[in-house]
Amino acid sequence: MAYFGRMIVGSVRDLTPLIAVILIFQLFVLRQPLDNLLALVEGAIFVIIGLTLFIYGLELALFPIGEALATGLARRGSVAWLLAFAFLLGFGTTIAEPALIAVAGEAAAAAALTDAIMDTDAARANYALGLRLTVAFSVGTALILGVVRIVAGWPLARMIVSGYVLVILITFLAPAETIGIAYDSGGVTTSTITVPLVTALGVGLSSSLSGRNPMTDGFGLIAFASLTPMIFVMAFGILVAWI
Amino acid sequence: MDLIGETLLFLARTTVDVLPVAAFLFLFHRLILRRRFTNPGQIAIGFCFVVAGLGVFLLGLEKALFPVGRLMAAQLTELSVSNSGLVPDWADFYLVYLFAFSIGFGTTIAEPALLAVAMKAREVSGGAIQVSALRVVVAIGVAIGVSLGCFRIVTGTPLHWYIAAAYVVVVIQASFAPRLIVPLAFDLGGVTTSTVTVPVIAALGLGLAENVAGRNPLIDGFGLIAFACLFPIITVLAYAQIAVIREARLAKNLSDSQHISAVESEE
Repeated sequence: MAYFGRMIVGSVRDLTPLIAVILIFQLFVLRQPLDNLLALVEGAIFVIIGLTLFIYGLELALFPIGEALATGLARRGSVAWLLAFAFLLGFGTTIAEPALIAVAGEAAAAAALTDAIMDTDAARANYALGLRLTVAFSVGTALILGVVRIVAGWPLARMIVSGYVLVILITFLAPAETIGIAYDSGGVTTSTITVPLVTALGVGLSSSLSGRNPMTDGFGLIAFASLTPMIFVMAFGILVAWI
Repeated sequence: MDLIGETLLFLARTTVDVLPVAAFLFLFHRLILRRRFTNPGQIAIGFCFVVAGLGVFLLGLEKALFPVGRLMAAQLTELSVSNSGLVPDWADFYLVYLFAFSIGFGTTIAEPALLAVAMKAREVSGGAIQVSALRVVVAIGVAIGVSLGCFRIVTGTPLHWYIAAAYVVVVIQASFAPRLIVPLAFDLGGVTTSTVTVPVIAALGLGLAENVAGRNPLIDGFGLIAFACLFPIITVLAYAQIAVIREARLAKNLSDSQHISAVESEE
Protein backbone atom coordinates (compact mmCIF):
# COMPACT_ATOMS: atom_id res chain seq x y z
CA MET A 1 0.00 0.00 0.00
CA ALA A 2 2.88 2.33 0.82
CA TYR A 3 4.28 1.38 -2.57
CA PHE A 4 1.03 2.35 -4.23
CA GLY A 5 1.11 5.69 -2.41
CA ARG A 6 4.64 6.31 -3.69
CA MET A 7 3.46 5.53 -7.20
CA ILE A 8 0.62 8.06 -6.92
CA VAL A 9 3.15 10.65 -5.78
CA GLY A 10 5.31 9.70 -8.76
CA SER A 11 2.41 10.16 -11.21
CA VAL A 12 1.51 13.51 -9.66
CA ARG A 13 5.12 14.61 -10.05
CA ASP A 14 5.06 13.54 -13.72
CA LEU A 15 2.04 15.66 -14.41
CA THR A 16 2.94 18.72 -12.29
CA PRO A 17 5.19 20.54 -14.79
CA LEU A 18 2.59 20.14 -17.51
CA ILE A 19 -0.23 21.55 -15.38
CA ALA A 20 2.08 24.30 -14.08
CA VAL A 21 3.05 25.48 -17.57
CA ILE A 22 -0.59 25.48 -18.70
CA LEU A 23 -1.69 27.42 -15.61
CA ILE A 24 1.11 29.99 -15.91
CA PHE A 25 0.17 30.65 -19.53
CA GLN A 26 -3.54 30.83 -18.70
CA LEU A 27 -3.01 33.25 -15.81
CA PHE A 28 -0.25 35.52 -17.06
CA VAL A 29 -0.25 35.34 -20.85
CA LEU A 30 -3.80 34.65 -21.94
CA ARG A 31 -5.37 36.22 -18.82
CA GLN A 32 -8.59 34.42 -19.60
CA PRO A 33 -11.14 33.13 -17.12
CA LEU A 34 -10.29 29.60 -16.12
CA ASP A 35 -13.69 28.17 -16.97
CA ASN A 36 -12.10 24.92 -17.96
CA LEU A 37 -9.93 24.66 -14.85
CA LEU A 38 -12.32 22.27 -13.14
CA ALA A 39 -12.44 19.96 -16.14
CA LEU A 40 -8.64 20.09 -16.36
CA VAL A 41 -8.18 19.14 -12.71
CA GLU A 42 -10.81 16.38 -13.00
CA GLY A 43 -9.16 14.97 -16.08
CA ALA A 44 -5.71 15.23 -14.51
CA ILE A 45 -6.93 13.18 -11.54
CA PHE A 46 -8.27 10.56 -13.96
CA VAL A 47 -4.94 10.51 -15.78
CA ILE A 48 -2.99 10.16 -12.53
CA ILE A 49 -5.17 7.35 -11.14
CA GLY A 50 -5.32 5.56 -14.49
CA LEU A 51 -1.60 5.73 -15.17
CA THR A 52 -0.74 4.63 -11.63
CA LEU A 53 -3.09 1.63 -11.78
CA PHE A 54 -1.80 0.75 -15.23
CA ILE A 55 1.89 0.79 -14.27
CA TYR A 56 1.20 -0.92 -10.93
CA GLY A 57 -0.65 -3.69 -12.75
CA LEU A 58 2.14 -4.03 -15.29
CA GLU A 59 4.68 -4.42 -12.51
CA LEU A 60 2.51 -6.99 -10.74
CA ALA A 61 1.68 -9.16 -13.72
CA LEU A 62 3.23 -8.49 -17.10
CA PHE A 63 6.75 -7.20 -16.42
CA PRO A 64 7.92 -10.15 -14.23
CA ILE A 65 6.66 -12.67 -16.80
CA GLY A 66 8.07 -10.70 -19.72
CA GLU A 67 11.48 -10.34 -18.10
CA ALA A 68 11.60 -14.01 -17.09
CA LEU A 69 10.70 -14.96 -20.67
CA ALA A 70 13.21 -12.61 -22.24
CA THR A 71 16.13 -13.90 -20.18
CA GLY A 72 14.90 -17.51 -20.27
CA LEU A 73 14.57 -17.60 -24.06
CA ALA A 74 17.84 -15.73 -24.55
CA ARG A 75 19.66 -18.33 -22.46
CA ARG A 76 18.10 -21.26 -24.31
CA GLY A 77 19.57 -20.09 -27.56
CA SER A 78 16.73 -21.24 -29.85
CA VAL A 79 16.86 -18.53 -32.49
CA ALA A 80 13.47 -19.41 -34.01
CA TRP A 81 11.61 -19.10 -30.70
CA LEU A 82 13.56 -15.98 -29.88
CA LEU A 83 12.51 -14.32 -33.14
CA ALA A 84 8.87 -15.38 -32.66
CA PHE A 85 9.01 -13.98 -29.13
CA ALA A 86 10.57 -10.72 -30.33
CA PHE A 87 7.88 -10.20 -32.97
CA LEU A 88 4.97 -11.00 -30.68
CA LEU A 89 6.43 -8.88 -27.90
CA GLY A 90 6.74 -5.87 -30.19
CA PHE A 91 3.29 -6.40 -31.69
CA GLY A 92 1.50 -7.04 -28.40
CA THR A 93 3.06 -4.24 -26.39
CA THR A 94 2.42 -1.73 -29.16
CA ILE A 95 -1.27 -2.64 -29.38
CA ALA A 96 -1.57 -2.03 -25.63
CA GLU A 97 0.48 1.21 -25.64
CA PRO A 98 -1.74 3.99 -24.19
CA ALA A 99 -0.06 6.88 -26.00
CA LEU A 100 -0.55 5.18 -29.37
CA ILE A 101 -4.23 4.46 -28.67
CA ALA A 102 -4.70 8.16 -27.84
CA VAL A 103 -2.75 9.55 -30.79
CA ALA A 104 -4.35 7.12 -33.26
CA GLY A 105 -7.73 8.42 -32.12
CA GLU A 106 -6.59 12.00 -32.70
CA ALA A 107 -5.22 11.11 -36.11
CA ALA A 108 -8.56 9.55 -37.05
CA ALA A 109 -10.37 12.69 -35.89
CA ALA A 110 -8.03 14.85 -37.99
CA ALA A 111 -8.56 12.59 -41.00
CA ALA A 112 -12.33 12.86 -40.59
CA LEU A 113 -12.10 16.64 -40.21
CA THR A 114 -10.21 17.01 -43.47
CA ASP A 115 -12.52 14.61 -45.35
CA ALA A 116 -9.76 12.06 -45.85
CA ILE A 117 -12.16 9.50 -44.36
CA MET A 118 -15.88 9.65 -43.63
CA ASP A 119 -16.88 11.34 -40.40
CA THR A 120 -18.56 8.37 -38.75
CA ASP A 121 -17.63 6.47 -35.61
CA ALA A 122 -17.06 3.30 -37.59
CA ALA A 123 -14.78 4.97 -40.15
CA ARG A 124 -12.73 6.66 -37.45
CA ALA A 125 -12.41 3.45 -35.40
CA ASN A 126 -11.37 1.62 -38.54
CA TYR A 127 -8.72 4.19 -39.39
CA ALA A 128 -7.33 4.22 -35.84
CA LEU A 129 -7.20 0.43 -35.67
CA GLY A 130 -5.51 0.20 -39.08
CA LEU A 131 -2.87 2.67 -37.94
CA ARG A 132 -2.26 0.80 -34.69
CA LEU A 133 -2.01 -2.56 -36.42
CA THR A 134 0.46 -1.16 -38.96
CA VAL A 135 2.61 0.36 -36.22
CA ALA A 136 2.41 -2.83 -34.13
CA PHE A 137 3.46 -4.93 -37.10
CA SER A 138 6.40 -2.63 -37.76
CA VAL A 139 7.56 -2.68 -34.12
CA GLY A 140 7.42 -6.49 -34.22
CA THR A 141 9.56 -6.44 -37.37
CA ALA A 142 11.93 -3.95 -35.73
CA LEU A 143 12.50 -6.28 -32.81
CA ILE A 144 13.22 -9.21 -35.15
CA LEU A 145 15.78 -7.03 -36.91
CA GLY A 146 17.20 -5.89 -33.58
CA VAL A 147 17.54 -9.44 -32.23
CA VAL A 148 19.23 -10.60 -35.45
CA ARG A 149 21.59 -7.65 -35.12
CA ILE A 150 22.50 -8.51 -31.54
CA VAL A 151 23.00 -12.22 -32.33
CA ALA A 152 24.97 -11.57 -35.53
CA GLY A 153 26.81 -8.56 -34.11
CA TRP A 154 25.98 -6.19 -36.96
CA PRO A 155 26.98 -2.55 -36.43
CA LEU A 156 24.09 -0.45 -35.16
CA ALA A 157 25.12 2.84 -36.73
CA ARG A 158 25.14 1.51 -40.28
CA MET A 159 21.67 0.00 -39.91
CA ILE A 160 20.28 3.22 -38.42
CA VAL A 161 21.74 5.26 -41.29
CA SER A 162 20.22 2.88 -43.86
CA GLY A 163 16.92 3.24 -42.03
CA TYR A 164 17.16 7.02 -42.24
CA VAL A 165 17.89 6.86 -45.97
CA LEU A 166 14.93 4.54 -46.48
CA VAL A 167 12.63 6.89 -44.52
CA ILE A 168 13.62 9.86 -46.65
CA LEU A 169 13.35 7.93 -49.93
CA ILE A 170 9.91 6.54 -49.16
CA THR A 171 8.72 10.02 -48.13
CA PHE A 172 8.92 11.13 -51.76
CA LEU A 173 6.50 8.38 -52.77
CA ALA A 174 4.10 8.63 -49.86
CA PRO A 175 0.78 10.52 -50.01
CA ALA A 176 1.17 13.90 -48.24
CA GLU A 177 -1.46 13.16 -45.62
CA THR A 178 0.36 10.07 -44.31
CA ILE A 179 3.82 11.67 -43.87
CA GLY A 180 3.13 13.56 -40.63
CA ILE A 181 1.35 10.66 -38.93
CA ALA A 182 4.10 8.26 -40.04
CA TYR A 183 6.89 10.43 -38.61
CA ASP A 184 5.05 10.88 -35.33
CA SER A 185 4.11 7.23 -34.90
CA GLY A 186 7.82 6.46 -34.60
CA GLY A 187 8.01 8.40 -31.37
CA VAL A 188 4.67 7.32 -29.98
CA THR A 189 5.37 3.60 -30.01
CA THR A 190 8.09 3.59 -27.44
CA SER A 191 6.71 4.33 -24.01
CA THR A 192 5.18 2.76 -20.94
CA ILE A 193 4.85 -0.93 -21.83
CA THR A 194 7.24 -1.31 -24.72
CA VAL A 195 10.41 0.24 -23.30
CA PRO A 196 10.85 -1.88 -20.13
CA LEU A 197 10.06 -5.18 -21.85
CA VAL A 198 12.14 -4.46 -24.93
CA THR A 199 15.08 -3.27 -22.84
CA ALA A 200 14.85 -6.48 -20.80
CA LEU A 201 14.99 -8.48 -24.02
CA GLY A 202 18.02 -6.58 -25.35
CA VAL A 203 20.03 -6.62 -22.15
CA GLY A 204 19.12 -10.25 -21.39
CA LEU A 205 20.15 -11.30 -24.87
CA SER A 206 23.46 -9.48 -25.02
CA SER A 207 24.48 -10.58 -21.52
CA SER A 208 23.82 -14.25 -22.34
CA LEU A 209 25.87 -14.14 -25.56
CA SER A 210 29.62 -14.32 -25.11
CA GLY A 211 31.68 -11.38 -26.29
CA ARG A 212 28.77 -8.93 -26.19
CA ASN A 213 28.70 -5.88 -24.04
CA PRO A 214 25.17 -5.29 -22.71
CA MET A 215 26.01 -1.61 -22.51
CA THR A 216 26.50 -1.21 -26.26
CA ASP A 217 24.72 -4.24 -27.75
CA GLY A 218 21.68 -4.27 -25.50
CA PHE A 219 20.58 -0.85 -26.68
CA GLY A 220 19.37 -0.04 -30.13
CA LEU A 221 16.19 -2.11 -30.09
CA ILE A 222 14.22 0.98 -29.11
CA ALA A 223 15.94 2.96 -31.86
CA PHE A 224 14.78 0.38 -34.43
CA ALA A 225 11.30 0.35 -32.93
CA SER A 226 11.00 4.08 -33.48
CA LEU A 227 12.40 3.90 -37.04
CA THR A 228 10.37 1.13 -38.71
CA PRO A 229 6.89 2.57 -37.99
CA MET A 230 7.76 5.58 -40.17
CA ILE A 231 8.65 3.31 -43.07
CA PHE A 232 5.69 0.95 -42.63
CA VAL A 233 3.03 3.62 -42.11
CA MET A 234 4.13 5.42 -45.30
CA ALA A 235 4.33 2.11 -47.16
CA PHE A 236 0.81 1.35 -45.97
CA GLY A 237 -0.30 4.78 -47.16
CA ILE A 238 1.18 4.13 -50.61
CA LEU A 239 -0.53 0.73 -50.74
CA VAL A 240 -3.93 2.19 -49.79
CA ALA A 241 -3.54 4.97 -52.37
CA TRP A 242 -2.88 2.41 -55.08
CA ILE A 243 -5.88 0.24 -54.35
CA MET B 1 -27.97 2.01 -16.71
CA ASP B 2 -26.51 4.00 -19.52
CA LEU B 3 -23.46 4.91 -17.45
CA ILE B 4 -22.92 1.28 -16.47
CA GLY B 5 -23.28 0.17 -20.07
CA GLU B 6 -20.83 2.82 -21.23
CA THR B 7 -18.30 1.88 -18.58
CA LEU B 8 -18.60 -1.81 -19.46
CA LEU B 9 -18.12 -1.03 -23.14
CA PHE B 10 -15.04 1.04 -22.32
CA LEU B 11 -13.57 -1.72 -20.16
CA ALA B 12 -14.31 -4.30 -22.85
CA ARG B 13 -12.41 -2.16 -25.34
CA THR B 14 -9.34 -1.78 -23.13
CA THR B 15 -9.43 -5.51 -22.36
CA VAL B 16 -9.16 -6.16 -26.08
CA ASP B 17 -6.16 -3.79 -26.18
CA VAL B 18 -4.28 -5.55 -23.41
CA LEU B 19 -5.35 -9.12 -24.16
CA PRO B 20 -2.92 -9.92 -27.02
CA VAL B 21 0.25 -9.15 -25.09
CA ALA B 22 -1.03 -10.79 -21.91
CA ALA B 23 -2.21 -13.94 -23.68
CA PHE B 24 1.01 -14.37 -25.59
CA LEU B 25 3.19 -13.83 -22.50
CA PHE B 26 1.15 -16.37 -20.51
CA LEU B 27 1.22 -18.92 -23.33
CA PHE B 28 4.96 -18.62 -23.91
CA HIS B 29 5.59 -18.87 -20.21
CA ARG B 30 3.55 -22.07 -19.86
CA LEU B 31 4.34 -23.78 -23.14
CA ILE B 32 7.91 -22.85 -23.94
CA LEU B 33 9.56 -22.17 -20.64
CA ARG B 34 7.21 -24.79 -19.11
CA ARG B 35 7.06 -22.94 -15.88
CA ARG B 36 4.11 -22.72 -13.54
CA PHE B 37 3.02 -19.41 -12.12
CA THR B 38 3.92 -19.25 -8.47
CA ASN B 39 1.37 -16.51 -7.81
CA PRO B 40 -1.61 -16.67 -10.19
CA GLY B 41 -3.70 -14.48 -7.89
CA GLN B 42 -1.24 -11.61 -8.07
CA ILE B 43 -1.09 -11.90 -11.85
CA ALA B 44 -4.89 -11.87 -12.16
CA ILE B 45 -5.12 -8.75 -9.96
CA GLY B 46 -2.31 -7.10 -11.92
CA PHE B 47 -4.10 -7.78 -15.19
CA CYS B 48 -7.32 -6.22 -13.86
CA PHE B 49 -5.32 -3.15 -12.74
CA VAL B 50 -3.78 -2.82 -16.20
CA VAL B 51 -7.18 -2.93 -17.93
CA ALA B 52 -8.90 -0.56 -15.50
CA GLY B 53 -5.91 1.80 -15.40
CA LEU B 54 -5.73 2.05 -19.18
CA GLY B 55 -9.45 2.80 -19.36
CA VAL B 56 -9.34 5.52 -16.70
CA PHE B 57 -6.20 7.05 -18.22
CA LEU B 58 -7.72 7.29 -21.69
CA LEU B 59 -10.91 8.77 -20.23
CA GLY B 60 -8.85 11.44 -18.45
CA LEU B 61 -6.97 12.25 -21.65
CA GLU B 62 -10.21 12.59 -23.60
CA LYS B 63 -11.88 14.69 -20.89
CA ALA B 64 -9.08 17.09 -20.09
CA LEU B 65 -5.63 16.94 -21.58
CA PHE B 66 -6.64 16.76 -25.25
CA PRO B 67 -9.21 19.57 -25.03
CA VAL B 68 -6.81 21.74 -23.01
CA GLY B 69 -3.96 21.16 -25.48
CA ARG B 70 -6.22 22.23 -28.32
CA LEU B 71 -7.72 25.12 -26.42
CA MET B 72 -4.28 26.48 -25.55
CA ALA B 73 -3.29 26.25 -29.20
CA ALA B 74 -6.48 28.05 -30.24
CA GLN B 75 -6.19 30.82 -27.64
CA LEU B 76 -2.51 31.43 -28.27
CA THR B 77 -3.09 31.57 -32.02
CA GLU B 78 -5.96 34.00 -31.57
CA LEU B 79 -3.85 36.24 -29.34
CA SER B 80 -0.93 36.10 -31.76
CA VAL B 81 -3.13 37.01 -34.72
CA SER B 82 -4.89 39.85 -32.89
CA ASN B 83 -1.52 41.27 -31.75
CA SER B 84 -0.21 41.35 -35.29
CA GLY B 85 -1.10 43.26 -38.41
CA LEU B 86 -3.50 42.09 -41.08
CA VAL B 87 -1.33 39.24 -42.28
CA PRO B 88 0.52 37.67 -39.36
CA ASP B 89 3.98 36.37 -40.18
CA TRP B 90 5.79 33.59 -38.36
CA ALA B 91 7.39 35.90 -35.76
CA ASP B 92 3.98 36.99 -34.48
CA PHE B 93 3.49 33.52 -33.05
CA TYR B 94 6.31 33.88 -30.52
CA LEU B 95 3.91 33.03 -27.67
CA VAL B 96 3.18 29.69 -29.28
CA TYR B 97 6.91 28.93 -29.52
CA LEU B 98 7.41 30.00 -25.91
CA PHE B 99 4.58 27.74 -24.76
CA ALA B 100 5.94 24.84 -26.80
CA PHE B 101 9.42 25.38 -25.37
CA SER B 102 8.10 25.48 -21.78
CA ILE B 103 6.00 22.35 -22.23
CA GLY B 104 8.90 20.47 -23.83
CA PHE B 105 11.43 21.53 -21.22
CA GLY B 106 9.17 21.17 -18.16
CA THR B 107 7.81 17.72 -18.95
CA THR B 108 11.19 16.30 -19.96
CA ILE B 109 13.19 17.54 -16.98
CA ALA B 110 10.68 15.79 -14.67
CA GLU B 111 10.62 12.54 -16.65
CA PRO B 112 11.64 9.62 -14.38
CA ALA B 113 12.63 7.35 -17.27
CA LEU B 114 15.21 9.96 -18.23
CA LEU B 115 16.86 9.80 -14.80
CA ALA B 116 17.44 6.05 -15.17
CA VAL B 117 18.98 6.45 -18.63
CA ALA B 118 21.08 9.41 -17.47
CA MET B 119 22.58 7.31 -14.68
CA LYS B 120 23.44 4.61 -17.21
CA ALA B 121 25.06 7.22 -19.44
CA ARG B 122 27.26 8.42 -16.58
CA GLU B 123 28.37 4.82 -16.05
CA VAL B 124 29.16 4.28 -19.73
CA SER B 125 31.13 7.50 -20.03
CA GLY B 126 33.14 6.83 -16.87
CA GLY B 127 31.83 9.96 -15.17
CA ALA B 128 32.52 12.40 -18.00
CA ILE B 129 28.76 12.84 -18.48
CA GLN B 130 26.94 14.21 -15.46
CA VAL B 131 23.41 13.14 -14.64
CA SER B 132 21.92 16.56 -13.95
CA ALA B 133 23.65 18.15 -16.94
CA LEU B 134 22.42 15.39 -19.26
CA ARG B 135 18.85 15.88 -18.08
CA VAL B 136 19.05 19.60 -18.86
CA VAL B 137 20.62 18.85 -22.24
CA VAL B 138 17.86 16.38 -23.17
CA ALA B 139 15.15 18.78 -21.93
CA ILE B 140 16.61 21.58 -24.06
CA GLY B 141 16.65 19.19 -27.03
CA VAL B 142 12.95 18.35 -26.59
CA ALA B 143 12.09 22.02 -26.02
CA ILE B 144 13.89 23.10 -29.21
CA GLY B 145 12.26 20.22 -31.08
CA VAL B 146 8.70 21.09 -30.03
CA SER B 147 9.09 24.82 -30.67
CA LEU B 148 10.74 24.26 -34.04
CA GLY B 149 7.89 21.88 -34.82
CA CYS B 150 5.41 24.66 -34.03
CA PHE B 151 7.36 27.04 -36.27
CA ARG B 152 7.04 24.46 -39.03
CA ILE B 153 3.29 24.17 -38.54
CA VAL B 154 2.90 27.98 -38.56
CA THR B 155 4.95 28.34 -41.75
CA GLY B 156 3.53 25.17 -43.33
CA THR B 157 6.94 24.05 -44.63
CA PRO B 158 7.36 20.35 -45.49
CA LEU B 159 8.16 18.13 -42.51
CA HIS B 160 10.64 15.89 -44.29
CA TRP B 161 13.07 18.74 -45.10
CA TYR B 162 13.59 19.32 -41.39
CA ILE B 163 13.77 15.63 -40.61
CA ALA B 164 16.25 14.95 -43.43
CA ALA B 165 18.45 17.86 -42.32
CA ALA B 166 18.36 16.65 -38.70
CA TYR B 167 19.24 13.12 -39.86
CA VAL B 168 22.30 14.45 -41.68
CA VAL B 169 23.40 16.30 -38.53
CA VAL B 170 22.84 13.18 -36.39
CA VAL B 171 24.80 10.95 -38.75
CA ILE B 172 27.75 13.38 -38.86
CA GLN B 173 27.69 13.72 -35.07
CA ALA B 174 27.44 9.97 -34.53
CA SER B 175 30.55 9.34 -36.59
CA PHE B 176 32.60 11.67 -34.36
CA ALA B 177 30.98 11.07 -30.96
CA PRO B 178 32.47 8.65 -28.41
CA ARG B 179 31.39 5.17 -29.51
CA LEU B 180 29.75 4.00 -26.30
CA ILE B 181 27.36 6.91 -26.14
CA VAL B 182 25.89 6.53 -29.64
CA PRO B 183 23.38 3.69 -29.00
CA LEU B 184 22.34 5.35 -25.77
CA ALA B 185 21.74 8.67 -27.50
CA PHE B 186 19.57 6.98 -30.14
CA ASP B 187 17.48 5.24 -27.50
CA LEU B 188 17.17 8.43 -25.45
CA GLY B 189 15.16 10.09 -28.17
CA GLY B 190 12.36 7.56 -27.84
CA VAL B 191 12.47 7.24 -24.09
CA THR B 192 12.10 10.89 -23.17
CA THR B 193 8.63 11.45 -24.57
CA SER B 194 6.34 9.95 -21.95
CA THR B 195 2.80 8.67 -22.10
CA VAL B 196 1.45 11.92 -20.70
CA THR B 197 3.56 14.30 -22.79
CA VAL B 198 2.93 12.68 -26.17
CA PRO B 199 -0.86 13.19 -26.28
CA VAL B 200 -0.59 16.80 -25.11
CA ILE B 201 2.08 17.64 -27.70
CA ALA B 202 -0.02 15.92 -30.38
CA ALA B 203 -3.07 17.95 -29.35
CA LEU B 204 -1.02 21.16 -29.44
CA GLY B 205 0.12 20.47 -33.01
CA LEU B 206 -3.33 19.55 -34.26
CA GLY B 207 -4.90 22.55 -32.52
CA LEU B 208 -2.34 24.84 -34.07
CA ALA B 209 -2.93 23.46 -37.57
CA GLU B 210 -6.68 23.84 -37.12
CA ASN B 211 -6.41 27.48 -36.08
CA VAL B 212 -3.65 28.97 -38.24
CA ALA B 213 -5.21 30.07 -41.51
CA GLY B 214 -4.38 27.91 -44.51
CA ARG B 215 -3.11 24.88 -42.57
CA ASN B 216 -4.45 21.35 -42.96
CA PRO B 217 -4.44 19.34 -39.69
CA LEU B 218 -3.70 16.06 -41.43
CA ILE B 219 -0.76 17.41 -43.44
CA ASP B 220 0.62 20.11 -41.13
CA GLY B 221 -0.63 19.12 -37.68
CA PHE B 222 1.76 16.27 -37.03
CA GLY B 223 5.50 16.17 -36.57
CA LEU B 224 5.90 17.63 -33.07
CA ILE B 225 6.48 14.18 -31.57
CA ALA B 226 8.99 13.28 -34.27
CA PHE B 227 10.89 16.52 -33.56
CA ALA B 228 10.72 15.92 -29.81
CA CYS B 229 12.35 12.51 -30.34
CA LEU B 230 15.00 13.64 -32.82
CA PHE B 231 16.43 16.82 -31.30
CA PRO B 232 17.51 15.31 -27.97
CA ILE B 233 19.75 12.96 -29.97
CA ILE B 234 21.49 16.00 -31.45
CA THR B 235 21.91 17.85 -28.15
CA VAL B 236 23.04 14.70 -26.29
CA LEU B 237 25.65 13.81 -28.92
CA ALA B 238 26.88 17.41 -28.88
CA TYR B 239 27.10 17.36 -25.11
CA ALA B 240 28.93 14.00 -25.07
CA GLN B 241 31.39 15.35 -27.63
CA ILE B 242 32.07 18.46 -25.54
CA ALA B 243 32.34 16.41 -22.32
CA VAL B 244 34.90 14.09 -23.86
CA ILE B 245 36.95 16.95 -25.33
CA ARG B 246 36.92 18.73 -21.98
CA GLU B 247 37.95 15.53 -20.20
CA ALA B 248 40.79 14.99 -22.66
CA ARG B 249 41.99 18.56 -22.24
CA LEU B 250 41.84 18.23 -18.46
CA ALA B 251 43.79 14.98 -18.61
CA LYS B 252 46.32 16.59 -20.93
CA ASN B 253 46.77 19.58 -18.61
CA LEU B 254 47.13 17.22 -15.72
CA SER B 255 49.75 15.10 -17.42
CA ASP B 256 51.54 18.25 -18.62
CA SER B 257 51.66 19.65 -15.11
CA GLN B 258 52.77 16.27 -13.80
CA HIS B 259 55.43 16.19 -16.45
CA ILE B 260 56.60 19.66 -15.50
CA SER B 261 56.67 18.83 -11.82
CA ALA B 262 58.49 15.60 -12.62
CA VAL B 263 61.07 17.56 -14.62
CA GLU B 264 61.31 20.08 -11.83
CA SER B 265 61.83 17.43 -9.19
CA GLU B 266 64.50 15.78 -11.37
CA GLU B 267 66.32 19.08 -11.46
